Amino acid sequence: MSSFSADTPHSSSVMGRIFIYGILLIVAGYFLLPLLVMVFTSVKSMEEIRTGSLISIPTSITFDAWSKAWSSACTGVECSGLSGYFWNSVWLVTPTVSISTFLGALNGYVLTKWNFKGADVFFSMLLIGCFIPFQVILLPMARTLGFLGLAGTTTGLIMVHIIYGLAFTTLFFRNFYVSIPNELVRAAQIDGAGFFMIFWKIMLPLSIPIIVVSVIWQFTQIWNDFLFGVVFSAGESQPITVALNNLVNTSTGVKEYNVDMAAAIIAALPTLFVYVVAGKYFVRGLTAGAVKG
Amino acid sequence: MGALTIKNVCKSYGPTDVLKGVNIDIQAGEFLILVGPSGCGKSTLLNMIAGLDGITSGEIQIDGRVVNNLPPKDRDIAMVFQSYALYPNMDIRRNISFGLEIRKVPKSEQDRIVNEVSSMLQIDQLLDRKPSQLSGGQRQRVAMGRALARKPALYLFDEPLSNLDAKLRVDMRTEIKMLHQRLKTTIVYVTHDQIEAMTLADKIAVMKGGIVQQFGSPRQLYDEPANMFVAGFMGSPSMNFIPCKVVSMGNETGVEIDGGAGTFKLPVRSNQLKSSEGQEVMLGIRPEKVTHKIESHLENSDFHLAKCRVSINEPTGPDTNIFIHMNGAKVVCRSTPDSAKDPGEEMEMMFDLSKMVFFDPKTEERLA
Ligand SMILES: Nc1ncnc2c1ncn2[C@@H]1O[C@H](COP(=O)(O)OP(=O)(O)O)[C@@H](O)[C@H]1O
Ligand SMILES: [Mg+2]
Repeated sequence: MSSFSADTPHSSSVMGRIFIYGILLIVAGYFLLPLLVMVFTSVKSMEEIRTGSLISIPTSITFDAWSKAWSSACTGVECSGLSGYFWNSVWLVTPTVSISTFLGALNGYVLTKWNFKGADVFFSMLLIGCFIPFQVILLPMARTLGFLGLAGTTTGLIMVHIIYGLAFTTLFFRNFYVSIPNELVRAAQIDGAGFFMIFWKIMLPLSIPIIVVSVIWQFTQIWNDFLFGVVFSAGESQPITVALNNLVNTSTGVKEYNVDMAAAIIAALPTLFVYVVAGKYFVRGLTAGAVKG
Repeated sequence: MGALTIKNVCKSYGPTDVLKGVNIDIQAGEFLILVGPSGCGKSTLLNMIAGLDGITSGEIQIDGRVVNNLPPKDRDIAMVFQSYALYPNMDIRRNISFGLEIRKVPKSEQDRIVNEVSSMLQIDQLLDRKPSQLSGGQRQRVAMGRALARKPALYLFDEPLSNLDAKLRVDMRTEIKMLHQRLKTTIVYVTHDQIEAMTLADKIAVMKGGIVQQFGSPRQLYDEPANMFVAGFMGSPSMNFIPCKVVSMGNETGVEIDGGAGTFKLPVRSNQLKSSEGQEVMLGIRPEKVTHKIESHLENSDFHLAKCRVSINEPTGPDTNIFIHMNGAKVVCRSTPDSAKDPGEEMEMMFDLSKMVFFDPKTEERLA
């Protein structure tokens, strides 16, 4: 009797485990399959692609497609691969992510700790910025950039991304900072610290989790952006997403699926990398609660 | 070392008036307590003294210098917060020295001060920890250490003990008192606990609804309360209020009381009620001033004996609280356990006439 009652919950929990892991495996496989097909295709030769099936395992592995995608594939009339555009994107993402994150932190700090008249209205208006679709601001923004003499330049594109990202980064930091007790700021004021000293020495060191969230969010948004890139940049200064599109759509000669796949993976790698490195901080940052004194 | 003068200070947040003309004046080295129920404006007043919030009108002087328009860092103050507000990202050493660092005190001097303060507060072994690794009591000490590291004119404490458990609170109370006696600094201390107020203060300001109800020494407030609110707020168990009628007792004035064993008259020592014969007043008398019969007081004309009927008795150990209904009001009296009578029995109670106070039942202001 005792062995019966002891065994039953045990064996049923094992069954439960198997069930859960089974489901998880199926779902994971479902999501991994496209990536697998991409990786497989990118290391196949054109010969093998023509003869084999889409999901067959490659018989011989070659990285020719990768090197072509990187350095010699045609993106329109030019045939120098994605490498130049990859670095374009890096130089685009670095200042935009850091500046929009920094300004978001500063905004959040001012909105929560230095309440000024109209702060709530200001914040509500900023929030609306999170819900404005990209398409809506294209024309006004083009006019503005033209007016500023920044049309078609990298600086212009950087500015667009910073401004568009500010609504989100401000929201992140504001919501994080409301949970930091005001008494902390008051204590620092009494200790003699001024506006920026409190920001640097107290607020920013406490903000690591939300900085990670903001960086990942902004990085993914800006790296993967296509619309702003295609509209506000031209020729040489285009980001990798636009170049990838051009590469895949270049209609001279046969369609090289292996090069297309390799190029797509190259374009996606940095975002994957950021998630793998900082993913767990992302989840932690999103759920971070009050800072205890 | 600094005197503090608060003149007619008002504060409104939009349409709500939080402080309505506060006047307080203390000497350098005095321990001032702001006490009152939650929401009466104590923290607001403290924040105004600190400069964390501006005043709507009035004037605040620290050491004779008007500070109305000075930012907190220029007011020569240090503050201990209710939540301690330690910097979570800094270790304890840096928490204490942060204010010194900003004020550009040389590093060697900072170290000396941190060591001095931490040994005074017995937190030397915690210096390399982060605030999150400390217990509530330890954090409280660090918060005090941070304030003590500088030598300001004025220390401000906002309910520093209210987050500690009861035992620790009593210990820290004593320590703060010793600290004050040793350092002889001016302290403004906010609490809602009247026992803390009585034990620590040189001067107490009792607040309610943004108004200082009474400002004076603990003794003054206890013996000569300005109104029924102060009388009821200070002291535990709180003062008894008995509604009664002013009557003539020959050439004396008195009040008439029914204690459940026949009515009796208590002579009034003050002359203020002479003209009020026939009117209703509120008699205030503290529990320890209505006692069992004490033989040694029998000769003294300030003590008056009267028979009353016991409703309930509550032994507390050293004393027994006797509850008696007088003119319908429940009155707590204090007796030794030996002299206490059982419920329903008659007991001879001794009233200290010199400690009776009288209030107007409508305005609640003190009459005599
Ligand atoms: N920034 C503010 N805006 C509006 N009302 C406030 C503000 N700060 C305090 N009050 C109000 O002032 C009153 C006194 O608050 P406070 O000084 O914190 O009371 P306490 O005596 O409990 O410390 C409360 O009713 C509170 O709601
Ligand atoms: Mg308060």
